[in-house]
Amino acid sequence: MNVSTNPWIWISAILTLGIFSFLYKENPFYRVCEHLFVGISNGYSITFVWHRILMPTLINPVARGERLWLILVAIIGALYFTRFIPRISWLVRIPIAIVMGYGAGASIPRAIDASIIEQLKATVITRSTFETIYAGLWAIIIFIGVIATISYFFFSRERKGILKPLSYLGIIFIMLGFGASFGYTVMARISLLIGRLTFLLRDWLGIIK
Amino acid sequence: MKIRLPLILVLITGILGALPFIIPHKIAQDFDNEFRNSVLRIIAAFSLVLGVGSIIKHHTYKIQRRKENWEYSWILIVSLVITSIIGLFGGIEGDGVLPTRIGNFSFDIQTIYMYMAIPLGATMFAMLSFFMASAAYRAFRARNFEATLLLIAAFVMMLGSVPLSTYILPRLPDFAEWILTVPNTAAKRGMGFGIALGSLATSLKIILGIERGWLGGTK
Repeated sequence: MNVSTNPWIWISAILTLGIFSFLYKENPFYRVCEHLFVGISNGYSITFVWHRILMPTLINPVARGERLWLILVAIIGALYFTRFIPRISWLVRIPIAIVMGYGAGASIPRAIDASIIEQLKATVITRSTFETIYAGLWAIIIFIGVIATISYFFFSRERKGILKPLSYLGIIFIMLGFGASFGYTVMARISLLIGRLTFLLRDWLGIIK
Repeated sequence: MKIRLPLILVLITGILGALPFIIPHKIAQDFDNEFRNSVLRIIAAFSLVLGVGSIIKHHTYKIQRRKENWEYSWILIVSLVITSIIGLFGGIEGDGVLPTRIGNFSFDIQTIYMYMAIPLGATMFAMLSFFMASAAYRAFRARNFEATLLLIAAFVMMLGSVPLSTYILPRLPDFAEWILTVPNTAAKRGMGFGIALGSLATSLKIILGIERGWLGGTK
């Protein structure tokens, strides 16, 4: 056993155990760690925004006398502060409108391109899809699966005729997809758990190599 | 004024946001780059005020009114203030005006993040595996064919991700990979079309002022 002498490793280990203590029941040790997490994360966000965004993008260029129009942008940004002054709190809508409007506008052509056209291209079966027999077979299954899944969400017509078995096939694909996503998510969490246990047993206590 | 001005702004910026994709001219592209990298970044940076302000307001209220568990609000506020001071004045890597080292012990913001925020966050998410397993145990019952499929897919996926599975069934990891890349892709893509169309409709509704929830009221 080779216990760490680094004070930061000890702090990390105590905080890790504090969070894990919730598995027994909710307790003051966990609550302290939980509140500490929110406080530190927000403090870090403030630092990050200041040093990585506001300093290089706004303060440094303006201090050098360049790009002075950014002062106007800063004033618009500062309108977020009005949220806490009830009389003029409506002004907070101006920066929100700019961010929201530009984001919504930019997302329209990108959603059409990336989420519809590119996905359609990837779904459509062409001669090049059959480079190998398996690739072709999987492409056919994906094509049928996409059509079936879409048909399951098609509520404009009563489910009879071809729509009935097709939408049922859609359920099968959706269930397989949800199951796979669930399993994948659980394993991602398990890998985090392994990471924390490795930290405790290797970095802190030195029990394992 | 209070409603019309934001709606006009959202319409103008919405059109400005969509145009660079349609107009590949250098002026349009430069404008887009400048708007994204300067204007939006700065305005979005200020939005942190809302988040942090709300947290401080909420916890100050809890302390003032001595609400349940108000003592912990002190921990949050003190840790937030100390971390912010260290980060703002001590610099990202301890290169600021505030000294962030006593002897060999360094406490700059990056070290705090590495040894406090990351372990706390990672452990929180790691702990979710226990709750997910417990929820799955209660919810996953092979009641019918569809539920059985969900159960099998999740089981294969989990078992196929661990090295032990190769000793049980050598092809199990390949089967897990196949489920992820073929039926899962088909289902996700099918749903993705719906999601994309929905987000398109929502974006249009926001730009055209039909969707006004973001205004936070009509006053």
